[in-house]
Amino acid sequence: MSVTEREQRAFIAAAAADARVNVELETEGMTLNIGPQHPATHGTLRIVARLDGEQVVAAEPVMGYMHRGYEKLAEVRTYPQVTTLINRIDWLGSFANEVPFILAAEQLMEVEAPPRAAWIRTILFELSRLANISLFLGDMGVQLGAITPVFFAFRDREFVLNQIEAVTGGRFHPNFDRIGGLKDDLPKGWIDETRGVMVKMRGFCDELEDLLMGNEIFEARTRGVGVIPADIALSYGLSGANLRASGVDWDMRRDNPCGLVHDQVDWKVWTHPDGDSFARYWVRLQETREAISIVEQLLDGLPGGPVMAKVPVIIKVPAGEAYVATENPLGVMGYYVVSKGDLGPFRVKIRSASFNNVSVVPWVMRGVYVPDVITILASLYFILGDIDR
Amino acid sequence: MTDTSTAADTAGPAPMEPRHAAALDTLRGTLGDAVLASHSQRGELWIRVHHEVWQRAGYALRDELGCRWFDFLSAIDWLPSPFGRDMDAEQDWPAGGPPPRDTTISHGVAGGETRLQVLARVQAIEDNPGGENLAVILKADLPNENPAIETWIPVYAGANWHEREAWEMFGIAFGGHPDLRHIYLPGHFEGNPLRKDFPLLARRVKPWPGIVDVEDMPSATEAQA
Repeated sequence: MSVTEREQRAFIAAAAADARVNVELETEGMTLNIGPQHPATHGTLRIVARLDGEQVVAAEPVMGYMHRGYEKLAEVRTYPQVTTLINRIDWLGSFANEVPFILAAEQLMEVEAPPRAAWIRTILFELSRLANISLFLGDMGVQLGAITPVFFAFRDREFVLNQIEAVTGGRFHPNFDRIGGLKDDLPKGWIDETRGVMVKMRGFCDELEDLLMGNEIFEARTRGVGVIPADIALSYGLSGANLRASGVDWDMRRDNPCGLVHDQVDWKVWTHPDGDSFARYWVRLQETREAISIVEQLLDGLPGGPVMAKVPVIIKVPAGEAYVATENPLGVMGYYVVSKGDLGPFRVKIRSASFNNVSVVPWVMRGVYVPDVITILASLYFILGDIDR
Repeated sequence: MTDTSTAADTAGPAPMEPRHAAALDTLRGTLGDAVLASHSQRGELWIRVHHEVWQRAGYALRDELGCRWFDFLSAIDWLPSPFGRDMDAEQDWPAGGPPPRDTTISHGVAGGETRLQVLARVQAIEDNPGGENLAVILKADLPNENPAIETWIPVYAGANWHEREAWEMFGIAFGGHPDLRHIYLPGHFEGNPLRKDFPLLARRVKPWPGIVDVEDMPSATEAQA
């Protein structure tokens, strides 16, 4: 090989290297379509992300793949029939969906559920929260490559679902709440079984804390990622743990108990000042522990008496308007019910938590790296049925 | 439903809570005569304003009353549904055919003048953790022809998707909205499904069974056989 040839080759290699550098510098934008059928999106949410290299320039969620038109359907059904529909909004914590609607109807009818019904409602409400959030606690690990937490979550959630099933007959769609109370009382032996399940759930929380908190990968992927400041969270109407993770101390269970008995027990609202993915996970973990403690205290103080108030067989709700919202597992869920004195509602506006929580996505995704899209989405924690309704 | 609630702040059955009266006075001071009616009930304050001050009312709620948390924005179509129970199974009708429909428009709390009403709810939640927080449900009547209103995006960023939904479902144009396009429905969808005169097609093609849907108990069928 002559010298000139060697020089020539070196020149070509250098030019090629230059060219590669130039290619890397002049990055062209590309559009990445995530979903609608992506395992990380918990359903059929599609996110169209405009990328510059590894960074997201703009992300736009595309919804409606699961729109079922519940607001229109509710207008042609009677009040008791509507609970069947709204069970399917947040399907991981179904019982909690029924509660605000029933409370709104009771408010319009000026009926109040007997104390025992209100207590059992609150217990089932918190059990729904456990069933719902335990899955989040495991799922967040999966999005970061840790497989074990989700197995623990599915294992222990089953105990909670068994307890819900033992009372209502349905694992996912209880349809148990009635205007004026509940369909049935608790079955025999249920209270002691539930105490045992609460012990197991405490262990579940401790296990997950051991597995994830302090884990280097978990901390690196969640600390300082997807930061939502409090004023942004407020103007987008975020609620639930997403809002409290941004440092806003507000929980409907404490601040506006309307019909549920959270004010009868001793518990704490947790907030976190950081507003990042880690804060959202941490707040939900603490909330799970608080929910366990709420259930235990409620079981101790359960009053006796009937579980159903006197209501007419055919329910006609007097004309009026009512808005009732409760602190559901995913955040604030409210129903604006307009009645004209008929058998069914004239209009029902469903204010679901995930719709507002996900509306912050275009704001928070700007400038994040592609792998963080998934973790931020997971940490915002939405259920598709709760976005699309 | 009568319109008695229009005058609820002056001659209503229950006296208004002091904090509601104070909030109403603040808003009157800013918007003047554009505050049309109000209603106070179970901790909620309804205020109906003229549609031209919609955005200014939003700023006043946020900056003067501290309602910085955006809850929801939607609309109500007060037209009684022209599709009555005529598609119900005949067994479900009272004697003499389907019941006649009352087609007069009547409004809910805080009154109203036109068919379509926009409503939004905001709340002050930070100042007083654990205590009573002011919540306001704001309503505005829209003109019957080409219903349109200003956007709330500069006030509450979260109004963006809610306004897209209201535009799609009710056909309300939000002036100044940068991105009014379908949110739930396919892009070529025509019509505004949550308007009362939009038929629920599932009901039109197949009557709602109602009581005839109930199957006989097995013993009843045996007895017939």
